Amino acid sequence: MSLALDAGSAPATLPAQRSRGYWSRVLRRLSRDPVTLACAAILLLILLAAVFAPLIAPADPFKGSMIKRLQPIGAEGFLLGTDELGRDMLTRLIYGGRQSLLMGVLPVVLAFGIGTTIGVIAGYVGGRVNMVIMRTLDVFYAFPSVLLAVAISGALGAGLNNCLLALTLVFVPQVTRVAESVTTQVRQLDYIEAARMSGAGPWMIVREQVLGNVLGPVFVYSTGLISVCMILASGLSFLGLGVKPPEPEWGLMLNTLRPAIFQNPLVAALPGAMIFITSICFNLLADGIRSAMDIRS
Amino acid sequence: MFAYIIKRLLYAVPIALAVTLVAFLLVHIAPGDALNAIAPADAPAETIAALKAAYGLDRPLPVQYGLWLGRALQGDLGASIATGRSVTSEVMAAVGNTLSLAGVAAIIGVLAGCVLGGIAGYRHGGWVDRIATFISVIGVSVPHYWLGLVLTIVFSITLGWLPAMGAGPEGGWFLDGAHLPYIVLPALTMAVVPMGILTRTVRAVVVDILAQDFVQALRAKGLGNRRIFRHVAKNAAPTVLAVAGLQLGYLMGGSILIETVFAWPGTGFLLNTAIFQRDLPLLQGTLLVLCLFFVLLNLLVDIAQPFIDPRMRRT
Repeated sequence: MSLALDAGSAPATLPAQRSRGYWSRVLRRLSRDPVTLACAAILLLILLAAVFAPLIAPADPFKGSMIKRLQPIGAEGFLLGTDELGRDMLTRLIYGGRQSLLMGVLPVVLAFGIGTTIGVIAGYVGGRVNMVIMRTLDVFYAFPSVLLAVAISGALGAGLNNCLLALTLVFVPQVTRVAESVTTQVRQLDYIEAARMSGAGPWMIVREQVLGNVLGPVFVYSTGLISVCMILASGLSFLGLGVKPPEPEWGLMLNTLRPAIFQNPLVAALPGAMIFITSICFNLLADGIRSAMDIRS
Repeated sequence: MFAYIIKRLLYAVPIALAVTLVAFLLVHIAPGDALNAIAPADAPAETIAALKAAYGLDRPLPVQYGLWLGRALQGDLGASIATGRSVTSEVMAAVGNTLSLAGVAAIIGVLAGCVLGGIAGYRHGGWVDRIATFISVIGVSVPHYWLGLVLTIVFSITLGWLPAMGAGPEGGWFLDGAHLPYIVLPALTMAVVPMGILTRTVRAVVVDILAQDFVQALRAKGLGNRRIFRHVAKNAAPTVLAVAGLQLGYLMGGSILIETVFAWPGTGFLLNTAIFQRDLPLLQGTLLVLCLFFVLLNLLVDIAQPFIDPRMRRT
């Protein structure tokens, strides 16, 4: 693909120094963006803490103590206090990252894979196939995303897997739409015609010529969905439609701590603060990636 | 233009039909028996059969769908399994409350977003822009159900200024002095997301328009900032309307989280009840009304486009 681009569209105004690859330029620009780097660092920290939770958490996430319920932040032995069942908050927040991150990222990854596949097929094949696929997706667009997620996981019942399924179904149409529109644009470009005339089959054209131009925009769009997905996933747990108790998960913790806002508001607000920090970091990271990948700026 | 409107109207019909089908099927993919809510597990088989027949659950799915759709078209959404009351009247009462809440929130969010985004667009790259952009990122990143809790902690529990729960006396919300304080916290909480989205959109559109040649030409012509602003607003209107119009629908559909936090007696509250009591007719009815409302809103936004965008009238 790069050969075709260089020969076709790189005019004489671009001197020979354009030898540096696209991705290394993107990485270099990312490395000069302090906000994006800081967000990536915070997310990495939360991720590592979640992965190595058993090693670093100070207590057992399931073991409570009836006499030590709702200890304030900074109480002896409990750095961030305890929850309504006397379980250590810091421990549960660390462990909570496991399910919360999983529910925030996995549906978007799945939707990225499924949506890109469907979108590229719809965009490349065009015609009737495109119409059938896109009109079907229009139906899902007729549901506001929160309502769709709530309805699906409400119908299937609470639980991590149903929740992941519901969230994936919410994001597939959105990703597909982006992939389809980019593919449709790319398909009409001259170099695709050139590839076809030189004897390349559809599979090869899609793999070698189309995907390279489609994955970028779809990737950028999908990274922006992670923060939405996090908020939605924890929201489902908050409603009682996601992870089941006593699993530590930020949205569920926020739910079970709700009655405690009168006694210990600061502790009750902690899980939400974690969702907020994670989602804002994902958002800023997505913004950073978007502007780093945008060559025009 | 009329051809466009008619085409759009016709296109909404299959979508609306498909939405009814999805709302119907979603509820029927639910595992477990639909009658769990009222029939005890050890009920005799003939009781269950009689109940199934009474609710029409013994017929094949396509027949059930047809009957349900036919009645829904006449405004009859059946009876709630848990309470026996008419789903239509329950949903309509709740829709009023949700619409008030989402309406107020949409107005606050869209206005705040337009002002913030407009200022940020005009001061593109400056510190005002940075602050506005940061506020908008917070707006789209904050889990609003948590923000609702935090606002409750601050303004209801600590300061005692505003009520934390419910829609006021008599259970419903009206625009009067007694009910006004009840909507402040939920509406502000709900407004945060559209505020963030609108700020982003308006900022991007304004930056885009201000960079165009015709603005330079207007300036060269000697037009003042106020007159130029009118041109900018006119050019931004179609995009802003398209984004803002849908926000009301998203707010209505997504109100379940806010309504749960503030015990607001709206459709979200109804959905919650319906899901946890496995009240299928209530769940179907609420889903259907909310989704049809969203389809209608989409339609209105699209139909309004040619009226505010002269370029679309020519096609």
